[in-house]
Amino acid sequence: MSLLGDIITIVAVSAGAFFFLAGTVGLLRFPDTLTRLHALTKADNLGLGLVVLGLLPQAASLRDGFKLVSIWLLGLLAGATVSQLIARAARQGESAR
Amino acid sequence: MSIATIFEIVLAAVVLGLGIWTIVVRETYSATVGFVAYGLLVALIWVRLDAIDVALTEAAIGGGLGGVLLLGAAAQLRDSEPAVTDAAGNAVRVCAAILSALTAATLAGAVLVLPDPAPTLAPAAVSNAWATSLANPVTNVLMAFRAMDTMLEKVVLLLAIIGVWSLAPDSAWGGHPGPRHQADPHGVLVFLARLLPPIGIVVGIYVLWTGANHPGGAFQGGAILAAMWLLAIMAGLADTPPVSSRRLRLILVAGPGLFLVVGIAGLLFGSAFLSYPPAQAKPLILAIEVAMILTIAATLGLLLAGAPERRTGQ
Amino acid sequence: MTEFLTAAVGFILAMLALGLVSILRGPGDADRMMAMQLIGTGGIATLLLLGTVASLPAAIDVALTLALLATFASIAFVKKGLSSLDADGTAPTEPK
Repeated sequence: MSLLGDIITIVAVSAGAFFFLAGTVGLLRFPDTLTRLHALTKADNLGLGLVVLGLLPQAASLRDGFKLVSIWLLGLLAGATVSQLIARAARQGESAR
Repeated sequence: MSIATIFEIVLAAVVLGLGIWTIVVRETYSATVGFVAYGLLVALIWVRLDAIDVALTEAAIGGGLGGVLLLGAAAQLRDSEPAVTDAAGNAVRVCAAILSALTAATLAGAVLVLPDPAPTLAPAAVSNAWATSLANPVTNVLMAFRAMDTMLEKVVLLLAIIGVWSLAPDSAWGGHPGPRHQADPHGVLVFLARLLPPIGIVVGIYVLWTGANHPGGAFQGGAILAAMWLLAIMAGLADTPPVSSRRLRLILVAGPGLFLVVGIAGLLFGSAFLSYPPAQAKPLILAIEVAMILTIAATLGLLLAGAPERRTGQ
Repeated sequence: MTEFLTAAVGFILAMLALGLVSILRGPGDADRMMAMQLIGTGGIATLLLLGTVASLPAAIDVALTLALLATFASIAFVKKGLSSLDADGTAPTEPK
């Protein structure tokens, strides 16, 4: 474990934790469903990406590194899909009322 | 108090809090969401306890099929829920409270009187791993040392699917299980259902393959494959096969069938029912697992699809 | 390094818990569904960090499974157990 790798880990994981904080603050403070959905799917996915980036230097093998990156890509795909689906359902619920 | 202890306390508090919320909340749908989320958090606890195999099962079932089943059921219940609103009488409530309290007390008592150290067969399972040349002790126990249990478990899955199918009306027998799903071909869901299954199939096979030496195995892999199949069905890209299909029935009996054949061969040529000759143990176990992953994926997918509802072409 | 990562796990888990409290309060079902997405991302980050701290490389596989299946609960939510999906598609759904 090199010093440079450790520094990258500490910086990136801290930044990731900050974005999780930002996402949660958004959830607590934003007024309606769509803005909260925005805070959740954008900020948290950025946080996950930074955590993945930070853990890459600690990965035991190249295969683990690939798995980490694909987890983040799957997370992005899930975030994008879920925000679309939930937002449409929420908007439809509003217009039906 | 170390940081690790604080983390464990936070984790336990979050899971307990979510569990209590799930029980206390009045609306069925909210409780279901809470319960599914609770299941995913429990996977974190299993990882903390070094039980990665269990965590993987929890994630594969709770995250995919279980969530779809429970949330779908809750949504349908809510649409047809006017009759269940009249409250139970006080006597029933008191009885339920007493019963719950007694169950909780018994459980607490049972935990308190557990022997310390707990009796365990773990060292024996680990020290006999040479017999199968598989390094994952969980797979060894499931596929070799207690193979009988696993085989019967697969038979239970088969019985479950027969049970679900037996709910079909006579006119629909032999037809397709569940409704034919439809979605906008240019919509988000169809896009996801085209993109995700190829990745999911690779992950499912990987989980099966890695199960020989690392956490994983046929059940977790099969649950992932079933989820991918279900995604294609829910997006209207695939249809469930008619239950009269011979190929489908062959897949459904492949896992337990091959298991049984190998078991009887062990009885005839080896020392006992389900005994593998040590030299061929690994290829035999892998072959059974490949047959099982197909059976498990098909069975779990069809269990969610439901009873046969419509004839071909409807 | 281990202490730092453990602290990070605890912090992200605490954020997840706070977010859960806010989401589960509602008011609508859509808000509650976000809980699954929150546990998707936050839970995966927690798992990955936990796996590194406890040197359990297989925790990555659990995270991979969670990431793969993260959309399923939301799909079940928008489908509401029906066979057709109205809340999907490219057509605008604004009230006319």
